[in-house]
Amino acid sequence: MISIFGIPSQALFGQLLIGLINGSFYALLSLGLAVIFGMLNIINFTHGAQYMMGAFVAYLVLQYLGLNYWVALLIAPILVGLTGVIIERLFLKRLYQLDHLYGLLLTFGLALIIQGVFRNYYGSSGLPYQVPELLRGGQNLGFMFLPNYRAWVIFFSLVVCLGTWFVIERTRLGAYLRAATENPTLVRAFGINVPRMITLTYGFGVGLAAIAGVMAAPIYNVSPLMGEDIIIVVFAVVVIGGMGSIMGAIVTGFALGLIEGLTKVFFPEASNTVIFVIMAIVLLIRPAGLFGRAT
Amino acid sequence: MKMLRYVALLAAALAAGAAQAQDKSDGVVKIGVLSDMSSLYADLAGQGSVAAARMAVEDFKPAEKGLKVEIVSADHQNKPDVGSNIVRQWIDVDKVDVIVDVPTSSVALAVNEVVREKNSVFLVSGAAASDLTGPKCSPNTVHWTYDTWALANGTGKALVKTGGDSWFFITADYAFGHALERDTAAVVEANGGKVLSKVRVPLNTSDFSSYLLQAQQSKAKIIGLANAGGDTINSIKQAAEFGIVAGGQNLAGLLVFITDVHALGLQTAQGLIMTEAFYWDQNDASRAFAKRFAPLYKGNMPTMVQAGVYSAVTHYLKAVAALKDDSDGKAVVAKMKEMPTDDPLFGKGTIRADGRKIHDMYLFEVKKPSESKGPWDYYKLRATIPAAEAFRPLKDGNCPLVSG
Repeated sequence: MISIFGIPSQALFGQLLIGLINGSFYALLSLGLAVIFGMLNIINFTHGAQYMMGAFVAYLVLQYLGLNYWVALLIAPILVGLTGVIIERLFLKRLYQLDHLYGLLLTFGLALIIQGVFRNYYGSSGLPYQVPELLRGGQNLGFMFLPNYRAWVIFFSLVVCLGTWFVIERTRLGAYLRAATENPTLVRAFGINVPRMITLTYGFGVGLAAIAGVMAAPIYNVSPLMGEDIIIVVFAVVVIGGMGSIMGAIVTGFALGLIEGLTKVFFPEASNTVIFVIMAIVLLIRPAGLFGRAT
Repeated sequence: MKMLRYVALLAAALAAGAAQAQDKSDGVVKIGVLSDMSSLYADLAGQGSVAAARMAVEDFKPAEKGLKVEIVSADHQNKPDVGSNIVRQWIDVDKVDVIVDVPTSSVALAVNEVVREKNSVFLVSGAAASDLTGPKCSPNTVHWTYDTWALANGTGKALVKTGGDSWFFITADYAFGHALERDTAAVVEANGGKVLSKVRVPLNTSDFSSYLLQAQQSKAKIIGLANAGGDTINSIKQAAEFGIVAGGQNLAGLLVFITDVHALGLQTAQGLIMTEAFYWDQNDASRAFAKRFAPLYKGNMPTMVQAGVYSAVTHYLKAVAALKDDSDGKAVVAKMKEMPTDDPLFGKGTIRADGRKIHDMYLFEVKKPSESKGPWDYYKLRATIPAAEAFRPLKDGNCPLVSG
């Protein structure tokens, strides 16, 4: 068997694939953040809590309404997206003229409140959620056992990521959106309801977080604190990719998943810090991020 | 002149402080429950430990014995500095006489030192590190419910004896994980098994698939999870997904609480083997306790940590009632060690010279979904580990209190 740096190449393939799966979550979450920052100029610290809410919606609709994973995948982004719309209407729209710091503090505070409420009702140790019937089991790829569900995670998040990129960068709707961020007054002059478009964009970004939450429910512990751990990493991903860059968020999400996966093989103790080391290096060399435009 | 005034003030303040420190026996026995109230251990200890302490006081009927008992509680946020500051304040200002629970070994080790320095009393239920009755043992501390050695001994020995003789460890990379891995590896090797490899994982990792893959490739028969809380839940959940058990390997959860099993669901947790000191459905007394406990704490059944708080507080109050004085922590602990323990949850037991509470431990297996009658009906008893074998022999602990 061929080995690379003392690790059999087969083992290495397995680890790379797993890295890619984790990267899917980073990509999905950082994509939502990038959309919100790119269009609203808000640093959405509630994102982790909204991801958690997505997972909880999946659990709750199964528990109380008997609705399965697939229905949850549809309902959760809508429901959580709606709470996002309410947050935008009530609070965020008052902050667009102010410094980024205000939005950051507001969303951070909201995240703490949401997590606190869920913790109060559901405790901290988490809730059970099974892998959907259709995706149980897995494939033996020769170099590793790939659970069907993980394959689904990669596939679905790629579809969602590329779909979002396509809508924003390549369609008329996306063009309106980008134009509205650049020059809202002019776009309004063309008869487009800019505030509503912004509200829906925030709802959409939040919905993306909820999708990631539903996808995480069968494999990660569904607990009120689940978003708190991942959100910091995701912010690092967004910073590395360049704030507001859609493609940047997607590519760095997957790439950092791969790098983290490799670290878990060669030096597992550092696996939770490697992303921040990369962030520091990128900020030194390219302060606007790998895909960001210097302004 | 000004300088002199400052010195005088300082002297006065110091004198007042000393007077306050001496006047600890104020007619009120004050119990301080220090726990994780908001983070990963909040369900297995937290407010449930406070409720358990309240029940212990209620059942003791202090008024009939001429005692007045109060309970205070605080959140140590799993930070040793926060925990030791609260304890200092409690002892110096609020005149708390005994500190109870304290999950998270790093916090418990810090509190252990403060309590020794202030000559108070420390009853550990939530923390696991066996060092508390080993090199760090203290005449002011009793380690009540369980420890890393007992967990390793219970689960490790049972698995090696039933054929699980090659191990791969997935270890949480901090004091507790290292202690648990060290104690378990020793038990595995002493019983003729061998440790093939191990991987140290940062605390609060959400994805274990990479480590599970390494464990799969090691071909070890047993994958030992030397972690706790959310880390354990995530690793077990993902092990099921990756077909670890279906592929012929077995998981050993070295520290699993009933709240973790509840979070996993039986579908995922079935077949898991673990060592615990208490299960709510063991006998009539434990069931009666659970029935009273559940409405006080979100309908949850008590964990061994919460039951341990009840048992420890009960014995402490007995000792104080016998002494009629709670001011000298060392004397109270000495009295506790002298009196045999007896309560409805842990039965009859003793406290050893090194501060280790001795009682039976139990090896449980998680039921299959078909065997369970409903929520919280989760365990079946595999074996009882008799008190004499359940804990580390006194001579092996390197506790300075024992050698001299």
